[in-house]
Amino acid sequence: MTNRLNTRFAELSAYNRAGFVAYMMAGDGDSQALLNALPAAGADVIELGMPFTDPMADGPAIQASALRALEAGMTLKGTLAQAAEFRKTDKDTPIVLMGYANPIHHMGWEAFAKAAAKAGVDGLICVDVPPEEDDELRAALGKYSIALIRLATPTTDDKRLATVVANTSGFVYYVSTTGVTGAGSGAVTEVGEAVARVQRASGLPVAVGFGVKEPDQAAAIARTADAVVVGSAIVDAMHSGGVAGAQELVKRLSSAVHAARR
Amino acid sequence: MSEPVSADTRPNALSAWPDARGRFGDYGGRFVAETLMPLILELEEAYETAKADPDFRAEMDLFLKDYVGKPSPIYFAERLTEEFGGAQVWFKRDELNHTGSHKINNCLGQVLLARRMGKTRIIAETGAGQHGVATATVAARFGIPCTVFMGATDVERQAPNVFRMKLLGAEVVPVTSGTGTLKDAMNEALRDWVTNVKDTFYVIGTVAGPHPYPAMVRDFQSIIGREARAQMKERLGRLPDACVACIGGGSNAMGLFHPFIEDEEVRLIGVEAAGEGVETGKHAASLKGGKPGILHGNKTYLLQDDDGQIIDAHSISAGLDYPGIGPEHAFLHDMKRAEYVSATDAEAMEMFQLCTKLEGIIPALEPAHALARVRDLAKELGKDGVILMNMCGRGDKDVPQVARMLGVEL
Ligand SMILES: Cc1ncc(COP(=O)(O)O)c(C=O)c1O
Repeated sequence: MTNRLNTRFAELSAYNRAGFVAYMMAGDGDSQALLNALPAAGADVIELGMPFTDPMADGPAIQASALRALEAGMTLKGTLAQAAEFRKTDKDTPIVLMGYANPIHHMGWEAFAKAAAKAGVDGLICVDVPPEEDDELRAALGKYSIALIRLATPTTDDKRLATVVANTSGFVYYVSTTGVTGAGSGAVTEVGEAVARVQRASGLPVAVGFGVKEPDQAAAIARTADAVVVGSAIVDAMHSGGVAGAQELVKRLSSAVHAARR
Repeated sequence: MSEPVSADTRPNALSAWPDARGRFGDYGGRFVAETLMPLILELEEAYETAKADPDFRAEMDLFLKDYVGKPSPIYFAERLTEEFGGAQVWFKRDELNHTGSHKINNCLGQVLLARRMGKTRIIAETGAGQHGVATATVAARFGIPCTVFMGATDVERQAPNVFRMKLLGAEVVPVTSGTGTLKDAMNEALRDWVTNVKDTFYVIGTVAGPHPYPAMVRDFQSIIGREARAQMKERLGRLPDACVACIGGGSNAMGLFHPFIEDEEVRLIGVEAAGEGVETGKHAASLKGGKPGILHGNKTYLLQDDDGQIIDAHSISAGLDYPGIGPEHAFLHDMKRAEYVSATDAEAMEMFQLCTKLEGIIPALEPAHALARVRDLAKELGKDGVILMNMCGRGDKDVPQVARMLGVEL
């Protein structure tokens, strides 16, 4: 599958650079403005959060952000509309949607995949649909060439890792800690070993996230991982400092990540 | 549609589900974050092993008898029968269990399993506080630290149970995220479990959650139906015409129904909470007012809006205030093996008082819902009929709330 994700990771690898993945919540504040501004601020890949009432793998920052977005009237259709608007001016930056199964199931797996492809979406992370349950979703995404990105975690042993990375594409998201988004980060050396293990098993780029907040932390991870994901910190910056505040943080984080291997 | 289940793995009896994927027809499954997958697979294996182990069975039986007080009797509610003017009304008296509800049947099983698995910390979610109290009780008995997540709204309306849990040595964590009710408590418990994967056992309080919970909780609760079925045969020489139970997540109902599923002549009737009325939108009737979806690890009927966002449930009864229902009920509903009806807050209040006055049994607000439909059914079935209702909890915990609603200051 050649898509924006593969192209982007190939470019990063050619420059021996780690990528910066910025997570933001659709519908929280002026999210369209932030979305449009992320590439210039240094985001190589964008994870666009689809708000859900019951985000059971998320910590307080993203929970609150999702509720604010829903309160402001954001929906799955609205999220896709923001992606489509972004795609009008940016043809290269991959967008990965991240969220929970129920809104997607409610729309219909296939209807969702079709609408997402039309909106210029490149991948999906569906937190509560593990490999054991993703046959219908996977078939629908495959039909529209959208990458199904899976999560590997510290509890994923070698045997299970084979199941997790089978039928996945784009990249693998390594969750660096057992815990919810926004919690503290695991020791960096531990992450390095795990990243290598996931890279070997999958043959795909590995992005590391959950709990990364500071530029030096991000840089340390960027020395071994193919990409670093930051979510809660950006969501918080957006809430307290608006688009300018979030942009500023993304600039600092992405510069640190991009310079890490120099 | 889901992956076709091949003929040889599809159970051929309605009572033999779930299949190997933890599905009841299309419902159930294991919709959890990857971090939890290895844990629920480990749990499934441990449960299967324990189930087949006579030592585990013997340990359960001993504690059920000496600690819980099993078997609970069945009781002919003669004055309610007279009042309703139709079929005989019988109660399965699970409110007489230690801690005052059916919840302990399940907690005992899960905590004994946690010990076998070498887990050193117990967590639970609770709505009415009955599951929290039962879990804290068994955890106290075995000296295992216990944390109970409870919606902040429920902490307020079920104050006596909060204090009981604390006396039992449990830590009660009020959950303010979302709307501060049972579903949020469950989210928070799942978040805790994802964080403390190594030492923690999550004791889910109803027939919901990812596989194997719906099947495991049902198995532990099936003692209700097994006992009642034998007791009915012994006392009346026959089975009841109908089994009736209230439904929050559906564990007391599933426990009563399951041993009767293959008795085709026995009607199985689940009573959901209609709150202020299903038509008002302020209710907790997931089958009546919901659609299939995915939440808390399983696929089932859920209260949700046009965008697939979960809608808050509403019920006077904190134990029924949940926007979903166990997947096996969704299955029995679609297969038309069980019937699902509902009762309002006002009906529950009326029955709470009526049962107390006529039978000298203060029912919990949860089974008071079931009693409202027993009243109609008694008339429908007439004098020859026999109804078995699960009196799944006693109402002591609800006394302050009921007093408040009746405008009485304690
Ligand atoms: C007495 C009683 N009945 C019923 C319920 C509802 O749970 P379930 O539907 O799982 O039996 C509760 C829950 O707290 C309860 O305390």
